[in-house]
Amino acid sequence: MTAVMEKADASTRTGDVPSFDVTIRVRRFNPESAGESGVESRWDEFHITAYGTDRVLDALHKIKWEHDGSLTFRRSCAHGVCGSDAMRINGRNRLACKTLLKDVNPDKPITVEPIKGLPVVKDLVVDMEPFFASYREIMPFLITNGNEPTKERIQSAEQRERFDDTTKCILCAACTSSCPVFWTDGQYFGPAAIVNAHRFIFDSRDDGAQQRLEVLNDKEGVWRCRTTFNCTEACPRGIEVTKAIQEVKRAMITRAF
Amino acid sequence: MITHQYDVVIVGAGGAGMRAALESSTEARTAVISKLYPTRSHTGAAQGGMCASLANVEEDNWEWHTFDTVKGGDYLVDQDAAEIMAKEAIDAVFDLERMGLPFNRTPEGRIDQRRFGGHTRNHGEAAVRRACYAADRTGHMILQTLYQNCVKQDVEFFNEFYVLDLITDRDLATEDVEEGAEVNATGVVAYDLATGEIHVFQAKAIVFATGGAGKIFKTTSNAHTLTGDGMALAYRRGLPLEDMEFFQFHPTGLAGLGILLSEAARGEGGILRNAEGERFMERYAPTIKDLAPRDIVARSMANEVREGRGAGPNKDYVLLDLTHLEPAHIDAKLPDITEFARTYLGIEPYTEPVPVYPTAHYAMGGVPTNVAGEVLRNGHDVVKGLYAAGEVACVSVHGSNRLGTNSLLDINVFGKRSGRSAAAYAKTASFIDLPEDPATRVEAQLTELRERPEGERIADIRRALQETMDANAQVFRTGESLNRALADIRELRKRYENASVQDKGKMFNTDLLEAVELGFLLDIAEVTVVGALNRKESRGGHYREDFPDRDDANYMQHTMAYRRPTAAADEADGHIAGYFDHVEEFDGYKVVLGSKTVTQTRYEPMERKY
Repeated sequence: MTAVMEKADASTRTGDVPSFDVTIRVRRFNPESAGESGVESRWDEFHITAYGTDRVLDALHKIKWEHDGSLTFRRSCAHGVCGSDAMRINGRNRLACKTLLKDVNPDKPITVEPIKGLPVVKDLVVDMEPFFASYREIMPFLITNGNEPTKERIQSAEQRERFDDTTKCILCAACTSSCPVFWTDGQYFGPAAIVNAHRFIFDSRDDGAQQRLEVLNDKEGVWRCRTTFNCTEACPRGIEVTKAIQEVKRAMITRAF
Repeated sequence: MITHQYDVVIVGAGGAGMRAALESSTEARTAVISKLYPTRSHTGAAQGGMCASLANVEEDNWEWHTFDTVKGGDYLVDQDAAEIMAKEAIDAVFDLERMGLPFNRTPEGRIDQRRFGGHTRNHGEAAVRRACYAADRTGHMILQTLYQNCVKQDVEFFNEFYVLDLITDRDLATEDVEEGAEVNATGVVAYDLATGEIHVFQAKAIVFATGGAGKIFKTTSNAHTLTGDGMALAYRRGLPLEDMEFFQFHPTGLAGLGILLSEAARGEGGILRNAEGERFMERYAPTIKDLAPRDIVARSMANEVREGRGAGPNKDYVLLDLTHLEPAHIDAKLPDITEFARTYLGIEPYTEPVPVYPTAHYAMGGVPTNVAGEVLRNGHDVVKGLYAAGEVACVSVHGSNRLGTNSLLDINVFGKRSGRSAAAYAKTASFIDLPEDPATRVEAQLTELRERPEGERIADIRRALQETMDANAQVFRTGESLNRALADIRELRKRYENASVQDKGKMFNTDLLEAVELGFLLDIAEVTVVGALNRKESRGGHYREDFPDRDDANYMQHTMAYRRPTAAADEADGHIAGYFDHVEEFDGYKVVLGSKTVTQTRYEPMERKY
């Protein structure tokens, strides 16, 4: 889940950061010139100098700010909580701001591509609308019957813990776009939507589980999952995505949640 | 150019914007325009909690919360606003819980509460458990919950649209509009990042909820996208900015990186130590020690480093020690921030102290509003149909230093209020005609930036700006350092006029938008420094080494900064110049500093000790 350094010797601490040279290979796509040249996309190589604490996002910024201003990617918080910069780094879905260069073998060129399964808009930017559309379909909000309490609803610490893992989701799409089923069948809800359904199905305050399970019982719903665990491996928040999907499947059969 | 018409347009989809949208969208036709997907907003990075005197775990009441907020802000807080916030905090927390927010729970199943800096029992006796929280990702949960409810209510979003101009029926930037005269906000001009198209939104009511401007500094907890857009747009249209010299430096940024480690780490028992292992906060704040307000802790840390007691090879940081806490406790209460230490510094917080140093975090100042969220164009007149809430606004509940957790509270309380005000106003108001070509200014600006054939890189100018602000306008300031910053900013403005972008395309041109954002940053840095130069005292987050004491006789006033044409006769005009009556001349315009009275109700200013 986390890139923990194997050894924390003094030379890798802040305040004393040795530099190293690294090659970044970025998949480029310019929608405004694609038609003319007939070339869909290309690889560009950049050579930069990086430091011990630098992340892939720092490398991309260095390219954009010092070499090629047209390199396009999304980013915002730069420390793994906003979910803007999911991309394929050396063939694996990661957040660029949470991946230290030194942890992805900087001795070889590091490849950076857009996440798969969503239409590429420009360079590393994909169209996120289909992803958010699936999210909206599972009714990602608390559904309750009866009167609202005047104060808070009572929920035990254990009940709260039951769905804690899936509240961590930042909707970065790293899981969904690592899923082979999603790549071949764009209609599949995908892991992120199911994770967010799980977050409510197992919330003791929620009364909407039946409605959500009906949505997920659809032919493009949870049954498409083939348990390849790509999603769990891809999640930058350490959510046990496959486990959550299994729990939703089980709830569908047993109607126990 | 594409035109739209909505009753209410909300600019920004963080906590304040979405909280406003939940109110207004049930009452009036509402659009939310956001430069990011809503769930990317920086509210999601807030960690520790949201204070409300629920008294779920120990005795507490809203009056104590009000007092702490006023004292925490070093008495520059408008006390009527602080009282409203502390009272409405309780319902704000219950609102969120009813919307589905998964708060941590007490053994009885109620919302759990924990300690936070500056929040005390009975006017400073000891730290009190007031912060409602969800592990150390309270902001994430608030942002997700508000977005979830926007999905539920089918709120209409325009995502990745950058608002680049505000339209008013009288141009305050160039006209001399007399006191009391009616001025209306009529729309905004936005740029669609995906297509490069200009969209004009005509609206009866507009809510600015665009967040902060932390990127004027190099070391900051703020997102790359926090470039002061809303503040700068209002300022350029002749509206004042209030108290911009007060910027908060959060004590515990990861050293060298600025990534935030929540004050909750200290609320849960973490201790700050210098290189000698000393718990130095005992010297600076004997009563509440590590849980003193942020300005005091940040200054104390910087002072330890200056006096040679810093840790590390360059002695340039101090240490946040969690090693005496049970790993299970850390995992349950502080999972995200300890993971940041592991990921970014390779430090294991169970067994090693974490290197930390202050990081630019929060703008106390902003677009002045009253408690209904209405934007002021001077000390008392409102702009009809214009509202602001959250970090972009200054209401002023934070005064010269915000207490931890009060920003999540601010966005909920004043986001809700401004959304309600905007919808109520829109129901009674009519659309006002827009000028014939409302997008002229924006089109000219973008064309110039895009078509300038060759010039300096935007990133180089931005880096120089951030470096001078870090060096000269950070925790410790002097007249000399601030004048250096101002001279640099003047120079950088000239360089900006000749800068160019490399990406000349229309679609998803982030190169172009970064250039526009740098213009906002220059405006905000400039007004911050001008305000800091004029305020020859030390108060809250603004510390002048050449004037180390608070000076109530001369400076118990809010600063109101206006950008005006060079020729305007503002000095003679009492309603703008006000008490400070300070003018700073620039190339082609001037910055006039006026004042606004601080509202005091219950609390007389006292010496601020912890």
